[in-house]
Amino acid sequence: MTDLVHGEAVDHGHPEHESTEVDNRKLGMWVFLSSEFLFFGALISNYLIYSNRGGFEGVYPAAIYDIPFTSVSSFVLLMSSLTMVLAHNALSRGDQNGTKTWLFATASLGAVFLGGQVFEFTEFIVEYDMALTTNPAASAFYVLTGFHGIHVAIGVIMLLSLWGLARRKEGLSEKAGLNLELVGLYWHFVDIIWIVIFTVVYLLSTVPS
Amino acid sequence: MLLGVALVLGACGFIGNEDAPLTTFEPAGPFAERIDGLFWPVFWIATVVFALVMGAIFVAVVLYRDKDGAKEARQLHGSPKLEILWTVIPALILAGIAVPTTAAVFELSECDPEAMEIEVIGHQWWFEYHYPDAGIETANVMVIPAGTEICAKMTSDDVLHNFWIPALNGKRYLVPGQETELRLQADQPGEYWGHCAEFCGLSHSLMRARVVALDSADYQAWVTAQQAPTLLPAEGTPEYEGYQVYLNKQCTLCHTVRFDDDSASNIVPADAFNGPDLTHFADRSTFAGATLPEEGESRTAALKRWLENPPEVKPGSFMPDLALTEAEIDSLIIWLESNT
Amino acid sequence: MTATAERPQTTIFSRPKSTTGFWSWVTTVDHKKIGIMYGYAAFAFFVLGGVEALLLRIQLTQANSEFLTAGAYNALFTMHGTTMIFLFVMPVGAAFMNYLLPLLIGARDVAFPRLNALSWWIFFFGGIFLYSTFIFGTSVPPVGVDGLGGIDGNLAAGGGPGSFNFLASSPDGGWFGYQPNAGPLYSPGTAMDYWALGLQILGLASLISSINFIVTVFNMRAKGMRLLRMPVFAWMSTVVAFLLLFSLPIIAIALFMVTADRQFGALFFAPTGGGDPILWQHLFWLFGHPEVYILILPAMGIVSEVLPVFSRKPLFGYSAVVFAGAAIAFLGFGVWAHHMFASGITPVAQAAFGLATMTIAIPTGIKIFNWLGTMWMGRIRLTTPLLFAIGFVAMFTIGGLSGVTHSIVPSDWQQTDTYYIVAHFHYVLFGGAVFGIFAGLYYWFPKLTGRVMSEKLGKTQFWLMIIGFNLTFAPMHWLGLQGMVRRTWKYAPETGLEPWNVAVTIGAFIIALAIAVFMFNWYTSKRRGRLSGLDPWDARTVEWMSPNPTPEYNFAVPPVVERLDHFWHLKYDEDEEGRAAAKPDMDQILSDIEEEQLNPRAPIHLPNPSYFPFFVALGIPVIFYGIIYHTTMWGKALIVLGVLITLSSLIGWSTEPLEEPHSEHADPDEGYAHEPAEEVMPS
Repeated sequence: MTDLVHGEAVDHGHPEHESTEVDNRKLGMWVFLSSEFLFFGALISNYLIYSNRGGFEGVYPAAIYDIPFTSVSSFVLLMSSLTMVLAHNALSRGDQNGTKTWLFATASLGAVFLGGQVFEFTEFIVEYDMALTTNPAASAFYVLTGFHGIHVAIGVIMLLSLWGLARRKEGLSEKAGLNLELVGLYWHFVDIIWIVIFTVVYLLSTVPS
Repeated sequence: MLLGVALVLGACGFIGNEDAPLTTFEPAGPFAERIDGLFWPVFWIATVVFALVMGAIFVAVVLYRDKDGAKEARQLHGSPKLEILWTVIPALILAGIAVPTTAAVFELSECDPEAMEIEVIGHQWWFEYHYPDAGIETANVMVIPAGTEICAKMTSDDVLHNFWIPALNGKRYLVPGQETELRLQADQPGEYWGHCAEFCGLSHSLMRARVVALDSADYQAWVTAQQAPTLLPAEGTPEYEGYQVYLNKQCTLCHTVRFDDDSASNIVPADAFNGPDLTHFADRSTFAGATLPEEGESRTAALKRWLENPPEVKPGSFMPDLALTEAEIDSLIIWLESNT
Repeated sequence: MTATAERPQTTIFSRPKSTTGFWSWVTTVDHKKIGIMYGYAAFAFFVLGGVEALLLRIQLTQANSEFLTAGAYNALFTMHGTTMIFLFVMPVGAAFMNYLLPLLIGARDVAFPRLNALSWWIFFFGGIFLYSTFIFGTSVPPVGVDGLGGIDGNLAAGGGPGSFNFLASSPDGGWFGYQPNAGPLYSPGTAMDYWALGLQILGLASLISSINFIVTVFNMRAKGMRLLRMPVFAWMSTVVAFLLLFSLPIIAIALFMVTADRQFGALFFAPTGGGDPILWQHLFWLFGHPEVYILILPAMGIVSEVLPVFSRKPLFGYSAVVFAGAAIAFLGFGVWAHHMFASGITPVAQAAFGLATMTIAIPTGIKIFNWLGTMWMGRIRLTTPLLFAIGFVAMFTIGGLSGVTHSIVPSDWQQTDTYYIVAHFHYVLFGGAVFGIFAGLYYWFPKLTGRVMSEKLGKTQFWLMIIGFNLTFAPMHWLGLQGMVRRTWKYAPETGLEPWNVAVTIGAFIIALAIAVFMFNWYTSKRRGRLSGLDPWDARTVEWMSPNPTPEYNFAVPPVVERLDHFWHLKYDEDEEGRAAAKPDMDQILSDIEEEQLNPRAPIHLPNPSYFPFFVALGIPVIFYGIIYHTTMWGKALIVLGVLITLSSLIGWSTEPLEEPHSEHADPDEGYAHEPAEEVMPS
């Protein structure tokens, strides 16, 4: 009897089952991302609570934002979502070269964004003396943008892995194509979160009196 | 199940409340009484609901127990009517409970603006009391006038604590960096016990509280006595020897004592580490976080135990073992007990 | 389809093949084996948590006792709570869900088998990490007063009089870690870091599990298994998965913030720097309240399975029970501050949360009344699983009612932080969840072993347990309202609290005896219990259409579901009065089912085992050990090592061969691997 288990498939190849018609891994990614909404929701709430509370010693993040600079890096990240869509498009048309190009572009733009974040943090720490330990508003700022940055970094790594796979002779298989879609979902999510952060944390924040 | 309920109800008769000084069942002021008045109706409603549920279980098990030859059960799937019934009825009962509850929340929360203010500051592991109007500082025992509303304005010097005098009101947290308020009123003179109810470290279970309510004449007398500084012992007396030990062992680093001779007074700055204010120490019925003396112990014996090794009595105590000799301890006690 | 096909050589090791023996357990991705491992681990932690409780009870039996030091006491109640919640009730729920969910929906495995194994190993290593504090953790009392030489040596770990000081070096800030007491200033040392990071690891395991279960339920149900035909336990598992999905991120952030405070000097909860201790409470309870529904809903699901079977009637009000469960979960996100009524939140907030809390009583009541309706007019067989299920209904009702008294906000100002609350949550968690768990263990034991547990021992356990349980926890209602505060190492004799404390301790030891009876029953029944056959309980749901013990492939032919309680309707019709009437050929039907399920007519491919979940999981505690000691070279090296282990294992995982390249029947779903094999003729 056990010989029949682990053997080659001979019977019904696709078990009949009730399903949402969405591939397991895609559904899994959506479910995961819905959890991440709460993750960032808690971080953003945290920031809102502390950034609006007066009376802390040391400099508040809202006092030292460089909005023009951050606008540029936000634009860069937004563009990377566009290149991500283009990569996905290219793959569905079977254009392996296009896929490679746009994947690399997305990863690069993500890396540029990260570079901008590092530069910004360094400025804050060195120039303005605002570190994680300065006051609760600063702590909240760094933890929020830091986690976002980590998410971007993980995304860049995944994009580069896909790009590496795409550079093989045979290019990206259909299966790997699903992976590209999944990474795309993740990447768009990271971008949307950034839009919220940029608006709420950078644009709408004021130093409490 | 019924056993459990019976045990609980039986306990009511078994242990009289006089033997349980921390009981919530003997409210001694208007706020605790209001709460008591909310609890009991809900308790009885809950008891009835429980009896109904248990009754249904017992009846079902007895009536419908499988026996040989019993017919199969009718395969009922549900009843929308019943669903509505047992959704609406509980909702109505809860609505009935909600109204007085909400009213009580608002009415019990805010202090009367005319109430007498006492500041309560929580420390690991004792309560400090300031009377801003009277200019009094004391610890461990909060003396209040009976029949008067007190507004306790509370905060903590270190971690979260909780101030709870069950006979007078529910409890309220003491939060470092924030101020919380608690209404207290004792209708009659008497001694009311309390406890810190928020886990605050090693000696949380040894952080207790005592409220003493006095009738207005006695209260006035107490205020006057407290406002006056304590008398510096005359040189050559045994009390003076004790006072010398107090100075030599650097107790003044943490403890404040106000003397009639101002130059001798030692006032610990507010931003330094503060131990309990020892002015008029001997007037207080309890010390060391209102845990000493223990039942059946004299204050002298308790002081001896304490001074021998405070961390041994109260784990984590910030008053260290000062390695006092027996003579030093005896001497100190003579001075402390004269400190009225 | 001849001989062996080319396998892409992308991994150094070939995929493991064993199905028996030690390595098969380490590399398994089979949901049943994973469920079994969760179950045994959870039970081991249950015993540990119980021992911790007994030590606490011994200390509290007498007033002014010094059986334990204060520090040891604080550590033991912290570990008791943490163990019971995170290392027992949650994983035992996971054990049930893992083993049963695919069977209940007629599937062969979960959506992501390797991810499933990953969850288990992360949990396993997380539990070890947390308990390693007893060896490695340090707990130092707060810094002493300047100029007075600090605190005595006798306070190194526990402080003060008493014995068992060595226990005091484990986490001692409470399972709830309230700040700033559990922060860097007042709980120096590493013990609370083990707590925070240990919980972080465990949370990750649960989060991964929840994603797996949601996708499984939505995508892998057998044909005809519409959502509203699923057994209630499957529904409750889904609801729990959503609760986990949305509440775990919040505690992850909170734990990260506390770690940032403790390890990196952040100021989130430090009042001296402007931090807000109450913020910790909000974040903790935003997770903590949904958490209690995570703890109880699986047991409610079990009871909803057991009561109908042993009343021989359908669950009364199936849709109501399902929707009430979902309602409880949804409302459960809106009541968190009822844990904070006395903390200084505004009266408006208190009133709002009080009202919200009252509303949860309504769906809870709906479930209880529907359970009663299930038994009413049934044909009741008082087997052990049913006794435990009935015990659940009774005890949970008590716990739920005391919960309603907490929603009377000013009364809660008296009740909170006293033993009255301890009584409440033990009634719902022990009288509720644990009784439900035992009902499930007795009920589904045949699926695991092909045998039935001893009824005599089972009933002995039940009666010992219900008596011991009530003797332990009923007096606590009284003790709380007589002034016994929580987390209290010692109480004075003048408080009058001693006599009932003695009774409580006796009850606790009776519970221990009941557990010992259970363990003996489990051990002997596994070896010598009566064989169960296919359908020992005359059950209603499709998991009983799979033979006992469950074969590796679950169903040779997945059921095609026609209605709710599909299996029952294969066996029974209804007569004119609506009573169940056994079909004349019921015995034949059953033996046909068994025959069909025991003899697959065609090869069945199952997900291949894998080494990588084990190794990915292994790296994680290594990283976290490194974080605790990150100021040393050792610590930094551990972080790097852990990252390397996890990362390289992730690479191995994503590149190990999944499918047979030449098979036309390659299954696109992950996890249905095709091991190249010689052609096999069906026997």
